[in-house]
Amino acid sequence: MIEELHNKIINNEIKSLDLASEALKKSHEVQKECNAFVTILDNLEYQENKESLLDKIPYSAKDMFSTKNILTTGSSNSLKDYVPFFDATVIKKLKEAGAILTSKSACDEFGLGFTGTTCHTGIVKNPYDKMRQAGGSSAGSAVAVSAGVVPFSLGTDTGDSVRKPAAYCGIVGFKPTYGVISRYGVFPFAASLDHVAVFANSVKDASIVVDAIKGPDGKDMTALPEMPNFTPQIDGNVNGKKLFYIKEICNIDNYNNPDKDMIETFKIFNETLDKLRSIGVEVVEESIDQRLLNALLPAYQVISCAEATSNLSMYTGIIYGPRGVGTNVFDMLKDYRTKGFSPLIKRRLVIGSYVLQKENQERYYLNACKVRNLVIKTFNKLFEKYDGFITIPSGKGAPLLDESSELLSKLTVLENHLCIGNFGGYPSITIPNGYVNNLPIGVNITGKVMDDANILNIAYALEKEIKFNKNIGGQNE
Amino acid sequence: MSKYQTVIGLEIHASVLTNSKVFSPSKNSFSEIPNSNVNEIDLSFPGIMPSLNKEAVRKALKMSMVLGCVCPDELLFDRKNYYYPDLPKGFQITQVTKPIGINGKVELYTDNHEFTVDIHDIHLEEDTASMDHYDYYTLIDYNRAGTPLVEIVTNPCLSSGKEATCFLEFLANSLKYCGISDADMKKGHMRCDVNINLKDEKGNYITPKVEIKNIGSISYVEEAVKYEVNRQIKAYETGCEELVQETRRYDEDTNTTIRMRTKVDSVDYKYFVEPNIPRIKIDKNDLENIRKEIPTLPNERLKRYIKEYNLTESEARSIIKDFDLSEYYEECIKLEINHKTAYNWISTNIIGYLNKEFLSIKDIYLTPKRLKEIIDAINSGEISSKQGKELFNYCLNEQDEPINLIKKYNLKQMDNSNELEQIINNILNNNPQLIEDYKNGKTNLFGYFIGEVMKQTKGQANPVIAKQILNEKLK
Repeated sequence: MIEELHNKIINNEIKSLDLASEALKKSHEVQKECNAFVTILDNLEYQENKESLLDKIPYSAKDMFSTKNILTTGSSNSLKDYVPFFDATVIKKLKEAGAILTSKSACDEFGLGFTGTTCHTGIVKNPYDKMRQAGGSSAGSAVAVSAGVVPFSLGTDTGDSVRKPAAYCGIVGFKPTYGVISRYGVFPFAASLDHVAVFANSVKDASIVVDAIKGPDGKDMTALPEMPNFTPQIDGNVNGKKLFYIKEICNIDNYNNPDKDMIETFKIFNETLDKLRSIGVEVVEESIDQRLLNALLPAYQVISCAEATSNLSMYTGIIYGPRGVGTNVFDMLKDYRTKGFSPLIKRRLVIGSYVLQKENQERYYLNACKVRNLVIKTFNKLFEKYDGFITIPSGKGAPLLDESSELLSKLTVLENHLCIGNFGGYPSITIPNGYVNNLPIGVNITGKVMDDANILNIAYALEKEIKFNKNIGGQNE
Repeated sequence: MSKYQTVIGLEIHASVLTNSKVFSPSKNSFSEIPNSNVNEIDLSFPGIMPSLNKEAVRKALKMSMVLGCVCPDELLFDRKNYYYPDLPKGFQITQVTKPIGINGKVELYTDNHEFTVDIHDIHLEEDTASMDHYDYYTLIDYNRAGTPLVEIVTNPCLSSGKEATCFLEFLANSLKYCGISDADMKKGHMRCDVNINLKDEKGNYITPKVEIKNIGSISYVEEAVKYEVNRQIKAYETGCEELVQETRRYDEDTNTTIRMRTKVDSVDYKYFVEPNIPRIKIDKNDLENIRKEIPTLPNERLKRYIKEYNLTESEARSIIKDFDLSEYYEECIKLEINHKTAYNWISTNIIGYLNKEFLSIKDIYLTPKRLKEIIDAINSGEISSKQGKELFNYCLNEQDEPINLIKKYNLKQMDNSNELEQIINNILNNNPQLIEDYKNGKTNLFGYFIGEVMKQTKGQANPVIAKQILNEKLK
């Protein structure tokens, strides 16, 4: 779609900044229905770049990306008036590519959530069904693309914060290999797991955007050296590729009394596997130790909470943020954080602090790191034989806004295993896989480190076979 | 006193000389204007990430080698988490898991006594902001925040304030020799915490460990140790004071230590590996190149000056305390100037001149080679030592070669005894009364006669020969 828009811009079928103005107008409409944005910009900043496919293309960025002179809150009361004086590296790159930022989108506070319901500006709603979640944490960015406001948006993905909402909103969510995109200027949640990721309407669009923002950055030591652009490597030829799916997760026989939606979801998944086979991809079942899979979520929680405790320590209200009241600095700090953070964050920070304490660290934090290493070892071993694995991001469509969490149910592993991609820093993409009960569902492909182009290519070929019909937002005409 | 053994361990922070800060491109230099050398990283705005300064790493590795430490195979940093306004990130990036050096050893010498200091580790970390506390508010200056520090931790292996002082001097000198730090405690380039407790004759600890902070100079370390040891002994023997593991600070005005906090209030720093700095392999060739830059260290020089050059310890120390001075001295020795002669010239004439002119020895016109020319001229009897002193001054003031100046000022000794005898005869003939007085016991008139000889020869008379002749005549 970005390529089509680009051609129209070149041929003057779309005039000057019409797309961006249109995006602003739509933003206000969607804001009323879905509450997706923290800020819809008054004034647009545009820097022409005729060479770039993204020239004049509007986009939205999660409110975790520092934007110079534009309010950036992390969707938290603790930074509700914070205006950065520098751009995140990705924002700078998009500016240079001629893309036009039209809005800052809402998310679960500082990215620590998976529902899109804990933003300081209120609940973000799914454009397919306003009674349902958009998924989190990058809720607003998912809505912005899903509802047809912008052709692409930026999110961050620490556990599945882009790839899960993408599934719930019927769009593509792509998280490249850890280090492909600089994180400088992006609010941190858990630095070793945080990724910049992209929402778009198609695999190719996601690839085009990543090509524009990837690359080394002197300000981010974890950024990888330059890699050749992914998009030219996408040709749709996947003959001879090999994928596996995890038996314990993707085989419906492992679940007792699955409900109708779940049966349908798994059925569509199996059909998708057949579609892959039909284009020459070998798809095989692999078994992974159930105990290791069971350890995924606890390990993720321990590591992410531990790092979050430390990463969020910079929020003291002393240099920036609404300064707390108190007779000494510690009371001031406490007052600021008590007022600024939501209960969900506080809970996670307490967990993080607990697992890092000297007397607990070995048992929780270091053990979680061991699990993480074991997961990486297991998957790296499998990746020696396969191009990647294909999986089900969620057993059903988007949950209702007030639906209680699945954390303790038998579906824990099914609903929380995309973090494998964050543990290993693997490239991982969710694409729409059809509808269940009129709600979009997704399918995810995850591959080995630095093999982003290969994963994009498989997803691209599959996307053509799935022929997902996006029935809202008017962007698929 | 001898009933107890003093056990001392030191923790020293030294600021590292680099152009920029250790994890940010901001300038690493002192500025009178608060918060002028800062950017978003130093103030920790959301989204900032560290970029490691390679020069700081090189210098830390060099110090690690100076201390005889084992360098790691890769660089790894950790987060030390705690809240304090001088630490804007809420954590300090430091090294715990894999410090830049571990298990070091330094052989030192003082008072005819050799001892070994075991180094637990040396690590690279970032400094905090500086704070000025007032009655109702505090001012924070982030210029210092994020500047590179090396922290050097010894094992509890020192047994006296003297040893501690000796190690600190070695450390400060080595840091300066290698260009790692200016290492001036009075200016805050180097800060030292001292851990002290006591053992009984059997080697059992009898007092809990006390950490003393805020010691402002090397000389105060010995004072602080002396006070603290006496305090612990008294408290142990009389029970006049409760002994607990605690942190105290040294008060210069009263020369005492004062309680700051007890260990009960100690913080759990919740260390974990810094995720934003990837592990970086250390190249063996790089290590070798760094090692090659290390000059001969002050402790080795001290030993050589005492054992081979026969200087006293305090003489040797006065030379090694300044790298350039020591280099100058060694150059003199290389030119085969006598060890003691070279020392005497440096310690009196040269240092005096440098102090008067506020110069560094590096900038002095009188190179060791020129100094040797002067000394040679004296030793050969070509000029007197008094003339040598004059030549020294001419050389410095006129910035000209000694050989030219000897000609210019006609500096030479009159050692022709006939000529001298003639002059002496004249003097004596003109002063019959004084000769009488001399023979009647006013022996100090001898000096007067020599003075007259010098006056009449414009200082060129060889004093030894002049004295001989005069002695003969006055018999």
